[in-house]
Amino acid sequence: MLKTRWFTPWLFIAPLLLLLIFVFAYPLVSIFDYSQRRIRVNEGPYIGTTNYQQVLSDDVFGQAVAHNVYLLVAAVPLLVFVSLFVAILLYEQVRAWKLYRTILFLPYVLALPIIGVVMSNLFQLNGAINTVLNAFGLSFLTRDWLGRSENALFTILLVIVWRESGFGIVLFLARLLSLNEELEDAAKVDGARWWQRRWYVTLPQMRSIIEFYVVVSMITMLAWVFAYVYSMTRGGPGNATIVLELYMWNFAFRNALPGIASAVAVLLLATTFVLMIPVFILRLREQRAWERGDNRS
Amino acid sequence: MTQATLTQPTNPPTEQAAQAPSMTHKARAQLRWPIHLVLMFAALLVMLPAYFTVITSIKSEADYSANKIGLPAQIVLSNFDTAMRGGRFLIWFGNSLVLTTGAVVLSSVVAILAAFAFAWMRFPGRNALLIMITLLMVIPPVVIIVPIFLMLSQIDLISTYPGTILIYAGLVAPFAVYMLTNFFRTIPKELFEAGLIDGASLLDLLLRVLLPLSSPAILTMVIVNALYVWNDLLVALVLLPKDNLRTVMVGITVFGSRYNSDVPVAMAGMMLASVPMIVLYLLGQRYFIRGLVAGAIKE
Repeated sequence: MLKTRWFTPWLFIAPLLLLLIFVFAYPLVSIFDYSQRRIRVNEGPYIGTTNYQQVLSDDVFGQAVAHNVYLLVAAVPLLVFVSLFVAILLYEQVRAWKLYRTILFLPYVLALPIIGVVMSNLFQLNGAINTVLNAFGLSFLTRDWLGRSENALFTILLVIVWRESGFGIVLFLARLLSLNEELEDAAKVDGARWWQRRWYVTLPQMRSIIEFYVVVSMITMLAWVFAYVYSMTRGGPGNATIVLELYMWNFAFRNALPGIASAVAVLLLATTFVLMIPVFILRLREQRAWERGDNRS
Repeated sequence: MTQATLTQPTNPPTEQAAQAPSMTHKARAQLRWPIHLVLMFAALLVMLPAYFTVITSIKSEADYSANKIGLPAQIVLSNFDTAMRGGRFLIWFGNSLVLTTGAVVLSSVVAILAAFAFAWMRFPGRNALLIMITLLMVIPPVVIIVPIFLMLSQIDLISTYPGTILIYAGLVAPFAVYMLTNFFRTIPKELFEAGLIDGASLLDLLLRVLLPLSSPAILTMVIVNALYVWNDLLVALVLLPKDNLRTVMVGITVFGSRYNSDVPVAMAGMMLASVPMIVLYLLGQRYFIRGLVAGAIKE
């Protein structure tokens, strides 16, 4: 530690604090305030919980929640399974594994709006996906992927998994490459088969990173899917792919009702923090274990 | 989620963590071919949309409607001319470049100063403050975008570069502080003490000792934050509603729906829009990977 006068550290931190107060603190306080007012332009009378009541009794809000929950329940297990499976295969370091990694991570680097525009063309009724399916004699799988209500959300799910697994793969692979090889070698000496070593030796060591990825993905499915939906369907057809973020967006910028949008924001924020709690408990426990010096056992 | 990171007080991600090749760990021969097959299939799935985009962008519209997935009957470059019409891509690129540069520079300066204090100075409330700042990383921007919009409208910073740069800089700053603080902590104390004996000031120490040693970490942070700002749709859509201030991402979203019946032109536009990021990714791949898994990796 450097010796400084008491105010010196604050001089170094002050610009950051000012910026964060401007971008985070003030808006965070504001959404609680706005959510209890009938806002027009930027002020309005206090109306208590009316906005919340209105949101909670709105059918479209219910649909949006259901869609986010659908994405969460369907995408998270798929993402974990696909990423873990591919990462374990990459871990075998077959020839050109780095090339595979470069390719598989690419979707995560590409901008979502670009992916959205390309995918919505691929998934058109007479688009490339249906053409390929027909060419392979799989015409029973063809459908109007984005144009019909019963398919659209599933199609968005496919695109999400297609893109987000890139992050999971690289994350899991990085963890795998930092694993202790001794356990693996010991298991080999004991005659454990490949899949046994993966299941009994590798996976248990991956536990905390998998938990981390699950939480991150859950938060993503609840609160970071705006760009997918906006660039592919704008919530349609009808409300078939509306999600919480788009619902908020509509109230804030199309219906000019920021009070309602803020009530949704508060609910979303609360859910995010509830999801975070287990991670923090976990991290705290790990930190204590590490401080006791028994993290290697 | 963007730079998905949660608090984790550990070492900064090292090159080792991101991609240490292990020589001892090799698949048995009979496993190799099945592994290649699966990986090739996955790579194929990933590359198919890219193939479609490239192939379609050089087809004529008539060719495309007859032949969705095959090679073009004749290579047509006019789609790129149509996509570029009126120099719109250049304007969008210019806007994105200004915003990305501004936000990255501002957030880096602010974060470097703060991380220096967090890593090397003692003051009350330091750890609590750092935890609060890292917590900000999980707040989805959509949650705070409404008050930000109203706030900027009130102070006449809506539809301006400075207002938008401030917001982007704030959104990426927590990650920058988190990453740099962890990195600064790994720098050996001896280097500092030598500087102090020479009578260097704190700012000298930061600029002459710390920064030169931290260039890989700073580069990683710059790349991750640039990627975030460049690829963002939501904030740009809300804060820059004027046509002439559109970023690449807002531009192509509008462009994509305008040309949704002329797919070859739309795909030519998507190629133009994605080239900068793909080139950057291929050049600085390890920084991308290291940055995006930063904070999640535990040694």
